[in-house]
Amino acid sequence: MSIKRDDLVDFVYAEARMLDEGRYDEWLELWLPDGHYWMPLDWKQTDPLHVTSFLFEDMFMLKLRVERLNGARTFSQKPKSRCHHVIQRPFVDEMNDEAGRYVTNTNMHYVETRQDEQFLLALTATHELKLVDGRLRIANKRVDLLNCDAAFGNIQLLP
Amino acid sequence: MGRYTDNREAVAALVRGREVHRDVYIDDEVFRLEMKHLFANTWVFVGHDSQTPNKGDYFTTQVGDQPVIMVRHTDNEIKVLYNRCPHKGTKIAIDRTGNTGKFFRCPYHAWSFKTDGCLLAIPLKKGYEGTGLDQSEGSRGMKAVGAVKNYRGFVFARLAEEGISFEEFFGNALSSLDNMVDRSPAGRLEVAGPPLRYMHRCNWKMLVENQTDTCHPMVAHESSAGTAVQIWNELGYTEDDPKPPAMEIIAPFMSPYEFFENMGIRTWPNGHGHTGVNHSIHSNYSAIPGYFEALCDAYGKQKAKAILDENRHNTVYFPNIMIKGPIQQLRVFIPLAADKTLVESYIYRLVDAPDELTARTAMYNRMINAPTSIVGHDDLEMYERAQEGLHADGLEWVNVQRLYEEDEDFDEERVENGTTERQMRNQFHAWVKFMTVSMNEKEAAE
Repeated sequence: MSIKRDDLVDFVYAEARMLDEGRYDEWLELWLPDGHYWMPLDWKQTDPLHVTSFLFEDMFMLKLRVERLNGARTFSQKPKSRCHHVIQRPFVDEMNDEAGRYVTNTNMHYVETRQDEQFLLALTATHELKLVDGRLRIANKRVDLLNCDAAFGNIQLLP
Repeated sequence: MGRYTDNREAVAALVRGREVHRDVYIDDEVFRLEMKHLFANTWVFVGHDSQTPNKGDYFTTQVGDQPVIMVRHTDNEIKVLYNRCPHKGTKIAIDRTGNTGKFFRCPYHAWSFKTDGCLLAIPLKKGYEGTGLDQSEGSRGMKAVGAVKNYRGFVFARLAEEGISFEEFFGNALSSLDNMVDRSPAGRLEVAGPPLRYMHRCNWKMLVENQTDTCHPMVAHESSAGTAVQIWNELGYTEDDPKPPAMEIIAPFMSPYEFFENMGIRTWPNGHGHTGVNHSIHSNYSAIPGYFEALCDAYGKQKAKAILDENRHNTVYFPNIMIKGPIQQLRVFIPLAADKTLVESYIYRLVDAPDELTARTAMYNRMINAPTSIVGHDDLEMYERAQEGLHADGLEWVNVQRLYEEDEDFDEERVENGTTERQMRNQFHAWVKFMTVSMNEKEAAE
């Protein structure tokens, strides 16, 4: 199978739709087992490990995060939050067919709501994708918030 | 003027032995009095001196509701100045950190000041000739806070010119800060990156009380810590298997009541106290290779062991910070309004210790205290529900009487059962003391 530019674009759109529709089991299946979801705290942060980030989650933490959302005693999700991504067409920054490695860069507006509150985050998502057994998978995902240095209330779902 | 201004009796009556009146959390006048009295009369955390390592480096923050600049002066000492031009009131510095060189220059009319606040120059100064400028407040330069103390890198300020000394205010409570700093083989911490900034629509004291509330983790955090343990077990592991760092951090939140009862709570005079006298949720973290050896080289084996044997959980420094010595974390609960608090969570690296320790601390910070944290979400939910619930007129008092004893003396250091609410009572005892100490006596006597 050869990957076309549109396959990468479609992948990024489809991933966002899974998050918006809460199809988390399907979403976890997109990931390679050693992938990390990184949301830096600092503008242009380079080190995920030795300074604080918002998120730097491996598969165990991501699984925990989505399982918790449906827990009987998950008080901050009673009632549940909803979210919504509006995506600008992804840039394809790297297409390495030989290595099966692809990188996209996507600007998004993310809206999350619960009860009477709703907030907007502007962000840039960088997807590192890999072709494994004929299927695109997420090797790593980085989400940079435009206002990463601002103070936030709860951000409960996945931007 | 309302019910509480210059009325010592009314303020003192908000705190009874076993309960406190809801106005301490929801009343705007009480909040304004806290800013005017409590946060002026106590020693309040400003920042860490590694945030301003070079001369002219500054950091802007607030002490209570007062905007301040922490700056390293030309003599290498840390100064804390009000962030206000004495001319028209403009904030001198707006960015959170920066370097101002040898002087501050107001961006409005270019009045300039040395980094200790002294007036350096005014453009077109002849316009003030014969106007008595030297008798004005403005001519004295940027105002410094009442007193500053740099304790092993941690900078505290007392806004009031006169008042309790740093040493008397903190006393033996400084042992927690000492242990945190001693954990560096060099006896020195450095701030690691910017802090998490987490906005809470609740009163600042709810956060401070929660630091020694040992009966909430297994309830409020069942959804995160409980689910983590459940997933761990489903993967086929048991309690005794070696855990990855994330599990080491989150699993102890589900410890039973007995664990928290036995951990113990120590209280010190002036509202300070800590959980984890005997053990804590930080006790069973894996050893990092090379760290103990580095500590032994620095201190000798006996002292190195004593430093690591101390595993204090949360130490509250009244009024508004908490530190975790074993992981070098500091959280400051910045009051913005009666129902609004900004929480900033800092981490520090141990100079001359392995980087893996900093990595574990950074992991703890993001897992537990970030706006994206599955643990923090449930805490914030509880605080905000309480802030709203307290407006219910059916009940006016908040209960703090777990393991209450008659005639508790908060001027003595005590160690108690780890689930006591004595530390909350200790904080409110100090709250009344520092709220009323500078109130107008004449009116209070009416």
